[in-house]
Parts: sequence; structure tokens; C-alpha cells
Amino acid sequence: MLNDLASAVIVIVAVLFVLLTTIAYLTYLERKILGFMQDRLGPMEVGPWGLLQPLADGIKLVSKEDIIPTEANVAIFKIAPIISLVPAIISFAVIPFGKDSFHFMGITTHPYITDINIGILYVLALSSIGAYGILLGGWASNNKYSLLGALRSAAQVISYELNAGMSVIGVLLLAGSLSLVRVEAAQSGGFWHWYIFPQIVAFVIYLISGIAETNRTPFDLPEAESELVAGFFTEYSGMRFSLYYLAEYGNMVMVSCIATILFLGGWNSPLPFLDFVPPFLWFMLKVYFFLFFFFWIRATLPRLRYDQLMRLGWKIMLPLSFANVIVTAIVVYMIRR
Amino acid sequence: MDTEKTTGVKEDIRQKEIVLGSLRQAVLQNLDSSIQTDQFLLNMGPQHPSTHGVLRVLLDLDGERIKRSVPDLGYLHRGTEKIAEYRTYNQIIPLTDRLDYVSAMANNYAFVRTVEKLLQLKVPERAEFVRTIVAEVQRIVNHLFWLGTQALDIGAMSVFFYTFREREELLDIFEILCGARLTTNYYRVGGVESDIPQHVVDRLYRFIDAFDGNIREYNTLLETNRIWLARTKNIAVITAEDAINFGLSGPTLRGSGVPYDLRKFEPYGAYDQVEFDVPVGQNGDIYDRYWIRIEEMRQSAKIVRQCLDKLPSGPIMTDDHKVSFPEKGNVMHNMETLIHHFLLVVHGFNVPPGDTYCGTETPKGELGFYIVSDGTGKPYRMKIRAPSFVNMGAFDFMAKGYMIADIITIFGTYDIVMGECDR
Repeated sequence: MLNDLASAVIVIVAVLFVLLTTIAYLTYLERKILGFMQDRLGPMEVGPWGLLQPLADGIKLVSKEDIIPTEANVAIFKIAPIISLVPAIISFAVIPFGKDSFHFMGITTHPYITDINIGILYVLALSSIGAYGILLGGWASNNKYSLLGALRSAAQVISYELNAGMSVIGVLLLAGSLSLVRVEAAQSGGFWHWYIFPQIVAFVIYLISGIAETNRTPFDLPEAESELVAGFFTEYSGMRFSLYYLAEYGNMVMVSCIATILFLGGWNSPLPFLDFVPPFLWFMLKVYFFLFFFFWIRATLPRLRYDQLMRLGWKIMLPLSFANVIVTAIVVYMIRR
Repeated sequence: MDTEKTTGVKEDIRQKEIVLGSLRQAVLQNLDSSIQTDQFLLNMGPQHPSTHGVLRVLLDLDGERIKRSVPDLGYLHRGTEKIAEYRTYNQIIPLTDRLDYVSAMANNYAFVRTVEKLLQLKVPERAEFVRTIVAEVQRIVNHLFWLGTQALDIGAMSVFFYTFREREELLDIFEILCGARLTTNYYRVGGVESDIPQHVVDRLYRFIDAFDGNIREYNTLLETNRIWLARTKNIAVITAEDAINFGLSGPTLRGSGVPYDLRKFEPYGAYDQVEFDVPVGQNGDIYDRYWIRIEEMRQSAKIVRQCLDKLPSGPIMTDDHKVSFPEKGNVMHNMETLIHHFLLVVHGFNVPPGDTYCGTETPKGELGFYIVSDGTGKPYRMKIRAPSFVNMGAFDFMAKGYMIADIITIFGTYDIVMGECDR
């Protein structure tokens, strides 16, 4: 009992540490990668090659004045960023980062916090809750830009979560389980077992929906700088602002993790003779590939317009993902019989 | 929206009405009545990241769709026209730098041409060529700036940095020419301020050689990008007839298919000695105007190359010493020359009585100066026909029925600069 508790604490601390560091350094990585893609250097001043930039940003944001607009709904205004951030972080509880259990100070622990049998549903449910944070924050700010941003965000998250959910079903049909650990295990034994190949349609739909759900370019309408100033967090400053930021990056990591687990085999190595590389590293490599993809997209694409976004979501991607589910179900049924 | 705030907004609007006159009043009364319904009044600007300066627009929205938009100009009004009445003609040139501050050379050119027309002054051949080269380089600079910001407004951020890379090179050339990068003050009545050195000519050649490839690089990110096409095709469409009726000019007019370009219609400078095409659009939408500006950059590069090939030798300033300064060496040794120099600085040169209008094809459209002279060294009245200002007249017409996101692209498609718009 005590051993279980200790092992849980160790994993939680480790996951939180890795996650928060990743998020902090994602901001740095994003700026660096964008910089290199745009013919400039990115942050260079704080520390060697600007490596301490996230730290400096953190100190700056914490020490900023905390401004609450006079007309704002104070309680909701204060709680909204937390509603946004908490689900983004606690959904990492079901992510399996590695394969084998490991020993730490004489205690055996798993490379995941918990393995519940509804893993993927849990993640989808929590990511919907995050949308409330955006909606409430935008509404409570009592600013028209914020309100527009919040409305866009609500519409966007609802329409694209549907697509993400539908695209996930195909993988679940193949794996026969909702548990992320099982889904990963089902893809072991070389890259030809990965679900990206039978579920390529679902993969593309999931990736697009994931970008839309995390409000990233080209779907960053809720915070479209050139239109809505900063969208739903126009009125936020200091630490509250950074909570939204952390939530956005947390969601990005989350989407990358899920994409890695569902489609790229999670911690499985692509070729059997590469098994000597620790599974954890494979997992990280794939996650960082997706994160890089996010930045790459941001440097390349313009922003969609609101109605175009809706049209893409409802008229193109939703029918496609339905078709994918039906086809997958039929094929799986035929093969299993 | 609660009653108290609604009243506050109405009060604000009413205060404005008194200042802004009856036309605006009629529009705002409609806005007033719309507040009671479920419509949405959004005040965009003057503090907003992408209204290109200090432009304020009142938007009457139905959801995200624009029912009516009322641009509110004047936040950057500096009284250029009035100040000009107290300055000698050469002192006005720096004022024109600040009109359209991203293409100062073009403003200089428009102004000195008007004064020269009043003086009926002939400019030396080499000066004409240098002026044409610089004006076309300025057009490239302006369009690069425009392309970067328009793409940034639509969300494609990388193009901005690529265009600024080339813009930087050209601004460096300006710096060599006249010591300034933006507020250039380079043209003079009767010529230009300094000659174009050979190494700058070489640099320009090198730039133009590489420029076509650079344009292709920007276009790889935009030209066939589905999102870019969706955001620009069939947005803010204006027919040729409407465009003419609203008095549009420049790429905004040519996008609707009207091949009106002063460089062709009333050639000035060295434009009659070079070959170039005037690109025109078909649909009059944002994509056409984007395509036209891209094509204009290519044509400008072509003009610069031809001018550099043909660049004659000779003076760069007129030898009419009523207008141009005497040689510095003589000023130091010759009493009469010193007095002449002194008078030119303090009193300026006299311009014969009369009035004239002269339009010049600047990157943004037809920039015209109307100058009334009473025979002294200062203009009696100077009126600026700013293309940005005239283009703004069609704003409501072009924005109606589109979405909030399109408002930004419409600002962009005018290539609006508030310094010129508000003067």
C-alpha cells in the first residue's frame, strides 16, 4: 500500500516535472524554430543562445501587475484560466511514456500515472472542459473582442472535437481497447504495425482537429491577433495570461502524445533491431516530431476565416471521419469473422 | 449589454456626431436604433494591432458579418497642408516625406514635379533617370512592405520576414544615396540632392538579378496556397464602374480591370524611354490586387534595369540658379553668390503666380498636389490628393456583407498609410 502510494507520487512528480519543463522550453523552441524558418535567430540575449529565455519570461510574467478590468465579472475572470489549465495538465495522467516498469530508490513504478480502461475517453472529456476556461474567460472580461474570441473558440472546439473523437474510433476498433497502454502494446513489432497506415485518413483528420482544438495556426481564430487583438485573453495580464499560455502549450503536448500513441506506435521502435534505444526516448522523439510539425505549420500557413473553418469541419472532415469509422468497422468485422 | 453602458456608448457616439457632421449623423442614427436589437457595435481602433496605424472603424455587426462600417479618420492629422503655407518650397519636401512614410521618395517626386510644372522648369536628363530609378525602387520597397503586412494580417507570418530582407537591402541603398532610410528628402526642385554612385548602380544590378527568384520564394508560400486563395478570392469585390466612381487609383483601381496608370497616360521622368507593362486584374477582388502588386514589382525591376542601362552622364541639378543652389566653393569666396545662397535658403525661390494640379503615380495610387502660388517663395495654398484617403471612401461599400476577418484584409488591400490619409 505504502509502496503503491510512493510509486504514484514519484511518477506524478516526474511527469509534472518533465511536462512543465517541456512546456516552458516549448516556448523557447517555438521561437527558435520560427526564427530559423524566418531567416533570423530567435532569442539570443538571455543566457547562451537565449537558453534562459523561458526563465526570464516566467519571472517577468509573475512580477507583472495583475489587472482586472473594472467591468469584469471578477470571480469568473479569476477562475477561468485555472479551468483552462488544470484539465490540460491532469489529462497526462493516462499517458504511458514508456514500456517497462522501472526501479527508483527501491520502489517499482510504472511509466504512467494510471492505466484506466477508458483512457482515451478521459482525455477527450478533459479537453472539452478546457474549452469552458476559454469561454468563461472571454465572457467575464466584458470586452467585445474577448467575447468574439470566446464564441469562436466554443464553436471551434465543439465542431473539431467531434472530428477528433470520430477519428479516434477507427484506431480503437483496430486495437479493441480504450486503454492507451493496450493501444500502444497492440502496435509493437515494427513500424508496419503502426495504425498510421490502416488509419491514414483518421490520422490526417485527427492531426487537423488537434491543431484546431489547441487554437494553433491556421486555426488560431479565437486569438487571431490581427482581427481580435488577442481574442479571449485580451484583458488578461501577468500570471493569469501565462496560465492560458501554459494551457495552450499543454494541450499541444497532449495532442502530440495522443497522436503518437494512436498512430505512431507510442514507445515502440520502428524497426526491431532498434529496440536497444529506450522506449521513453522513442516516445519523446515522436512527440517532438509532432510539436515541430505544429511550429512548421505556424511558419507556413495563413489563417482560415471563421466560416471557412466551420465549413471544413462540418462539411468535409465530419463526413470523411464517419466514412472512415464505417469502413474500418466493416473491415474489422470481416477479418475477425 | 446593460442599459447603463448602452447609454454610455450612445453618449460617446453623440459627442462625435456634433463634430463629424450630418452625413455621419445619419449613419449613426441607424447604429443607435440597432443597439436595441441583437446587433453588435464594435469599435475597431485607433489602438488595434492591424489597422495600419491609427485608423478607427465603427463596425455594425450581425454576428461576425458586417452590416455597415464607418471609418473615422483624422487621428494622425498634422496639418501638413497648412504648415506648407509657411514654408519655402524646398522646406516642404521634408514634410512630404511624412505623408506616406513607407514610400517617402514617391511623395518627394510628386511634390517637386508640381513645383517644376509651375516653374516650367526643365530637369537635366541624368536627373530624370535617377529620379525614375529611385521612384521605381521605392515602388518595390513599398510593395514589399505591403506584401509582408498583408500576409501577416492574414496570418502567414514568414512572408513578412522574407520581404523585409529585400527591403533592407533597398533601404541601405537609400541610405547611401541620401543618408536616410525612410524620411529621405532626396528630390529637389530641379533635380536630385546627390548623384547615384557607381557602386550603388552595381548593387542595384545585383539586387535585380536576384529579385525574380525572391518573388518566386514569396509566392511559394502564397500563390497556390488554398487558404490564401480562400481568404483573397472574391473578397471585397468592386467593379470597374464603381471603382471609377469612387475615384480609386493605383493597384486598387487596376485590380478591377481599368488600365489607368499615369506613367503610361502622361509619361514623366524617363518612363517614355523604357518599356514596361501595366498589369490589370479581372475580378476586382483582393487576389487580383495582390497579383497586380506582385507583377508591378517585376515591372519596376524591369524599369530600373533599363534605366540603369541607359543612364546618361551629366548634371543632376538644373543650371537655372534661380532655383538651384550655387556651388559651395563660390559661396565661400564671392559676396554676390553668398547673398544669393542666403536668399535661397531664407526666402526661397519665387514661383510665378498661378495654380496647377499635378498627379504622380505613387505605389499607392495617384498622389496629386494642387498648389496655388501668389508669386512669392511660399505656396499660397497647397492641397494634397492622397490616394489612401480617396480609397477609404469606398471602404464601407467594399466591406459590406463580409466578415470581421475580411476587414483586415481590406485595409491591407488598399495599402493604406494613415500619414497620407490624414495628412
